[in-house]
Amino acid sequence: MILDLIRNKMAFAGLLFIVLILLFALFAPAIATNDPSKVDASSILSAPSRDHIFGTDMLGRDIFSRIVYGSRISLSIGFIAVGIAVLIGIVFGSVSGYYGGRVDSAMMRFVDIMLCFPTFFLILAVIAVLEPSIFNIMVVIGATSWMGVARLVRAEVLTLKERDYVAAARVMGASDLWIITKHLIPNAIGPVLVSATLGVGGAILVESALSFLGIGVQPPTPSWGNILMDGKSTLGVAWWLTIYPGIFILLTVLAYNLLGEGLRDILEPRLKER
Amino acid sequence: MNMVKCIDIKKHFPIRRGYLKGAAGFLKALDGVSIEIEKGKTLGLVGESGCGKTTLGKIILGIIKPDSGRVELETNKLQVIFQDPHNSLDPKMRVKDILSEGLILNKESKERIGGKIKDALDLVRLPQNALARYPHQFSGGERQRIAIARAVLTEPELVVCDEPVSSLDITIQLQILELLKDIQKRFSMTYLFISHDLRVVRHMAEDIAVMQHGRIVEKGPTRKVYSEPSHPYTKILLSSVLGIIK
Repeated sequence: MILDLIRNKMAFAGLLFIVLILLFALFAPAIATNDPSKVDASSILSAPSRDHIFGTDMLGRDIFSRIVYGSRISLSIGFIAVGIAVLIGIVFGSVSGYYGGRVDSAMMRFVDIMLCFPTFFLILAVIAVLEPSIFNIMVVIGATSWMGVARLVRAEVLTLKERDYVAAARVMGASDLWIITKHLIPNAIGPVLVSATLGVGGAILVESALSFLGIGVQPPTPSWGNILMDGKSTLGVAWWLTIYPGIFILLTVLAYNLLGEGLRDILEPRLKER
Repeated sequence: MNMVKCIDIKKHFPIRRGYLKGAAGFLKALDGVSIEIEKGKTLGLVGESGCGKTTLGKIILGIIKPDSGRVELETNKLQVIFQDPHNSLDPKMRVKDILSEGLILNKESKERIGGKIKDALDLVRLPQNALARYPHQFSGGERQRIAIARAVLTEPELVVCDEPVSSLDITIQLQILELLKDIQKRFSMTYLFISHDLRVVRHMAEDIAVMQHGRIVEKGPTRKVYSEPSHPYTKILLSSVLGIIK
């Protein structure tokens, strides 16, 4: 599988970039050239230079350092939000698919209802009521993006539960919980992994959009979205404030999409080109 | 003494046309089936595909419930061996985990499970290094041996063999059949042997039941049914393989 991944050039490029950003996040203090929150009145809105490779913002803070530290926030929101979504989706989908019948109908109609809400505005509304903390953002993004995973898992479970090894386990006295956790979920995990990888990119994008609108991660904590927002008022005179975080968001989301599509081709060949 | 007694089992599957409509008709998978299997013996259940053989096996195993009729079992220690060993072994599990599943479910201790698994591998003549491998790394015959090992491990008294050799090469078939016979003798197990292959059934079963469209049309000792079939369907079945049988 790893060999397949290296052979798929686009997916591998995506993986490399993700690893790079992960290193940024893990070793932020070593990689950042400046303190991300240090205000420097002598170098306000200075253009990219040797001291500040991505320039500074209107408070004289180093953009590169803010982006490096912001990767911690953006990535952890991406991962944890998707983790929550995958967890809910797997539980919901496997129960629905396994029990079938009325349970399945009721649960899937609930999914349909959830899909009717314009997710982004739902998130906006929830965040407006709760306070916009990093924790709340993760939970809200996770709680509004599990439906795809639930449908995927349900579809897999519907076919998997008819397999003979499930019947054999039942003859040996296995409980429903045993069958679901030991046989069904491990075999349904492939497409979920693909969907989760694609989902991380999506979650980072949602976080950026929320922060850009000012109801995401609150300053002075840097996230890619709120660095971008800081730049919008000075876009005419200081392009570097907007372009650099924008490029990082773009490349990161692109990298996750490439990796996700590569994984899909490798793990789920039958879904290719769909 | 009978290990299994099925009395007038009926199972009808509704045929649905469209999502909201009710049943358009019923497929009579089992239409009043009664069989008995003597303890320690093998009953061969034959018939063409779709005649309800597998459904009867699953009802005896308790995987599906009959619409009416009764299954009387002398034991609750059941096991099953399926036709397609690719489908009957979880592809995400190592052989070690596949074999220990039934024992863990029986709440046996870890040390005992380890020893039993090793013995079972010897019994089905697979190397010990098979334990760390996954099902897809084995051939069809080897996989069927794994399935047999899994079945034997829980010390069942009744084993439903649902076309256990139908997906295998003819040379492998004989090996697996001999293995099944050998194990049956050693552990005095009772078999329900489901097959569409009359040659295989003659090799395995003391008694035979012939099924057509969800009904048993003829049953009796294998030798007698093969030499003087009384029902026309049995005659057709036999004449189709006559050259080889005689």
